Amino acid sequence: MSALAVTQPAGMRPRRLTPARIGVYAFLTVTALFFLTPLYVMLVTSLKPMEEIRLGAILALPRAPTLEPWIKAWSAACTGLRCDGISVGFANSVKILLPSVAASIAVGSLTGYALSFWRVCGAGLLFGALMIVAFVPYQIFIYPLVRVFAFAGINNSILGIVLIHTIFGLPTMTLLFRNYFASLPQELFKAARVDGAGFFRIFWSVMLPMATPMLIVAVILQVTGIWNDFILGLIFAGRENLPMTVQLNNIVNSTQGERAYNVDMAATLLTALVPLAVYFASGRWFVRGIAAGAVKG
Amino acid sequence: MPLVRHRTASRLAAGLALSPALLVLVVVYLGCTAWTVWISLTSSRMLPNSTFVGLRQYASLMGNERWQVSVANLAVFGSLFLIASLALGFLLAVAIDQRVRAENTLRSIFLYPYSMSFIVTGLVWQWLLNPGFGIEKMVRDLGFPSFRFDWIVRQDMVIYTLVFAAVWHAAGLVMAIMLAGLRGIDEDIWKAARIDGLPPWRVYLSIVIPMLGASFATAAVLLATSVVRLYDLSVAMTNGGPGVASEVPAKFVMDHLFERGNLGLATAAATSMLITVAAVVAPWLVWQSRRTRRAQA
Amino acid sequence: MGKLCDVSIRGVEISFGAVRVLEKLDLDVAQSEFIVLLGPSGCGKSTLLNAVAGLIDVQAGQIWIGGKNVTWEEPKDRGIAMVFQSYALYPRMTVRGNMSFGLKVAGMPKPEIERRVKAAAATLQITELLDRRPAELSGGQRQRVAIGRALVRDAGVYLFDEPLSNLDAQLRAELRVEIKRLHQRLAATMIYVTHDQIEALTLADRIAVMKDRVIQQLGTPNEIYRRPANRFVASFVGSPAMNFLPGAFAVREGAPCFLSEGIAIPLNGYAFEASPQDGAPVELGIRPEHVEAGGGVPAKIEMVEPMGSDQLAWLRVGGHPLSMRLPAEACTVAGAAMQLRLPADKLNLFDAATGRRL
Repeated sequence: MSALAVTQPAGMRPRRLTPARIGVYAFLTVTALFFLTPLYVMLVTSLKPMEEIRLGAILALPRAPTLEPWIKAWSAACTGLRCDGISVGFANSVKILLPSVAASIAVGSLTGYALSFWRVCGAGLLFGALMIVAFVPYQIFIYPLVRVFAFAGINNSILGIVLIHTIFGLPTMTLLFRNYFASLPQELFKAARVDGAGFFRIFWSVMLPMATPMLIVAVILQVTGIWNDFILGLIFAGRENLPMTVQLNNIVNSTQGERAYNVDMAATLLTALVPLAVYFASGRWFVRGIAAGAVKG
Repeated sequence: MPLVRHRTASRLAAGLALSPALLVLVVVYLGCTAWTVWISLTSSRMLPNSTFVGLRQYASLMGNERWQVSVANLAVFGSLFLIASLALGFLLAVAIDQRVRAENTLRSIFLYPYSMSFIVTGLVWQWLLNPGFGIEKMVRDLGFPSFRFDWIVRQDMVIYTLVFAAVWHAAGLVMAIMLAGLRGIDEDIWKAARIDGLPPWRVYLSIVIPMLGASFATAAVLLATSVVRLYDLSVAMTNGGPGVASEVPAKFVMDHLFERGNLGLATAAATSMLITVAAVVAPWLVWQSRRTRRAQA
Repeated sequence: MGKLCDVSIRGVEISFGAVRVLEKLDLDVAQSEFIVLLGPSGCGKSTLLNAVAGLIDVQAGQIWIGGKNVTWEEPKDRGIAMVFQSYALYPRMTVRGNMSFGLKVAGMPKPEIERRVKAAAATLQITELLDRRPAELSGGQRQRVAIGRALVRDAGVYLFDEPLSNLDAQLRAELRVEIKRLHQRLAATMIYVTHDQIEALTLADRIAVMKDRVIQQLGTPNEIYRRPANRFVASFVGSPAMNFLPGAFAVREGAPCFLSEGIAIPLNGYAFEASPQDGAPVELGIRPEHVEAGGGVPAKIEMVEPMGSDQLAWLRVGGHPLSMRLPAEACTVAGAAMQLRLPADKLNLFDAATGRRL
């Protein structure tokens, strides 16, 4: 009898490793490897001299690691005729990025605020229209815009590309901020009105401070989006201001003769560095950003 | 009546704040669309003219072999990419939702490709899929000399390599959206299901997936818009080749606008893209607005 | 009807990480008994219920249901059914689907499922809702459906996790009666978690008042109400709440009495559970309805709250506030003075330091 009592189940359920659980881990491990391989290959390739690359074995660690491809990619790789490396593109991208992010968020947040609290005639229509155009492919607008910009004399300039990013960022930014402001209690706005605050005062002193999380999300969204842009920069920035993505494509895809794969991969990594840094630094905010951008309407 | 004046001033400010959005909407979105559609009805080539030719550009577009390939490619790419990304993303979300260890690391691994540009994605996969250096060479060196994985240089297979790269890029996004949806499900539902004795796969199939309808719709719409916009990836990975085997509509428009100087054909193609998007997005918008109205009622 | 089961919780301990939620807890629930776990949020009552259901693993101890050790059993094999605060209905299934899904998956023959769903729906008066979806139901209807889903399992033990907390006051009262009727009909064992002391008093055969990871007192509603084991139980149960007067215990001319700021209340007839020292600091507790007019304790009326069926007078006694229940027709004026009697057999004495009943 006492022996039976000892074997009675008590306390923690014994944990068994079920086949289902092993399957889950196996699936996750294999997929994680699949997702990591490209990054790993980029990294090791960029650290190998060309002789090693010609041997194949893309997964092998570099036997004689060298930083030369990185230096070459940064300052000496050829983009078409000029051979100044991708640093030129980096500088251009920064020049485009900072004003574009600031301008698009400023306009988007103000528009979102005006749409959510102020009963302006046709506000609903404006919002609906902005929501729809967020889905339209750029190709529809590009030719007329090029003509208009050329006419206004801002084609092929930093100003032009900043304006373009602001225009095309407007729907998403407006949706983001309008949805956020719409989730705030209307009483807050009413209280501010009763206190005698006007349109801009409420925006600047009450709403914008409350929208800090959305501002962070918007910055993440716009920094990665604008940095990763290719087509708009290609068309509107002009030969002198081509952003990093365009320069990168030129380096890799317009080389004559044998391609320096190690330099290509170093340049690719350099281009990916900013969004990767934003991504890993922002952590869950990034997820929140795409979720917020995703829930349109 | 100072109060009334104050009110009017605020109203005016609200209108003022909305004017940039209105301007962009009318001038850029509506105006440029109208202009593009108009050009597509003319015989414009290098320069726009106003010789009205009706739908002749559309007729020649439909007969254009490269356009046919582009559209077919988009259909194949779009459907495979959507299905594969949704399936993989959902499975990843479910696997991560099983209270696995290192959840945050795994999430980061699956989502990081999404932070990078299509240019970077295309270049990495171009390198990995390169038959002379990439996966094919690696497997052959492992002792399988007859192994073939040269899809990227084969006309009949190249479009699948684009799908491959795009799924790698976007599956993490689906995972993030789905995981947010899964975590939003009331924990008591899971408890109730356990008491009912439902096996987990049954809970996912019969209870959870129907509950995630909105998440699936959001992810699908997000992916679908990136399908129509597909341009950078094709440019960076294959530049439309080999031959025209991986051409896509957006690239067709760009090439005919800026390299081939055939405005009429390019704008007809762009207008066709717009119509396609409208056909996809309009039903979804109607569904969304009806859903929100029902939620409010 | 389902088999009758008793539930026995033996030395159960539960921690979440470093946080201890339940401390070596024992509780025996008899067959057909309705037991209520009552306590403030965070006292571990829901955790205990989830452990009985098998939804949370215990770190130590055993759980027995119907004479069977189920500590390691899956929830579905424990012969239990459960109702949740958030209803936890499957949103995309009809009411019928919600009630029958578990049975269907378990492979029960169709006619039997049909019979059970019909019977449960009739009991709960939700027959006409069977083809609707949860989104089309009101809160009260949803909770009826959730109870229905538990009923069709024909279990020996029903577990309720704050089932009425999401409902408004009127519906809550309605469903409370319904649950009580259900218990009488099924004669099944029920364990019911709530933080609402009215629910506990009206429903329970026995109440287990919980706080700080342990059961403070286990007893019938009457015992809990009349002889609270400590100051916490006394203050948690009863509305309006019990009055407390700080003071000291004293023995005057051989008779025990309570002294506080100029008042002395004789304790002849109080059933002592302990023998306090002369001069020991104690707290005296008395419920508002036990305060009587016409004695030797002077008081002043400060405020009167009419409550419909009666009124609640707020008095000041020797510097301390005290509430008293008066009949609705009694004439009371704020500011008036009156004399009170605090009958010794209705009093509660608590040790000021430990809060224990004396």
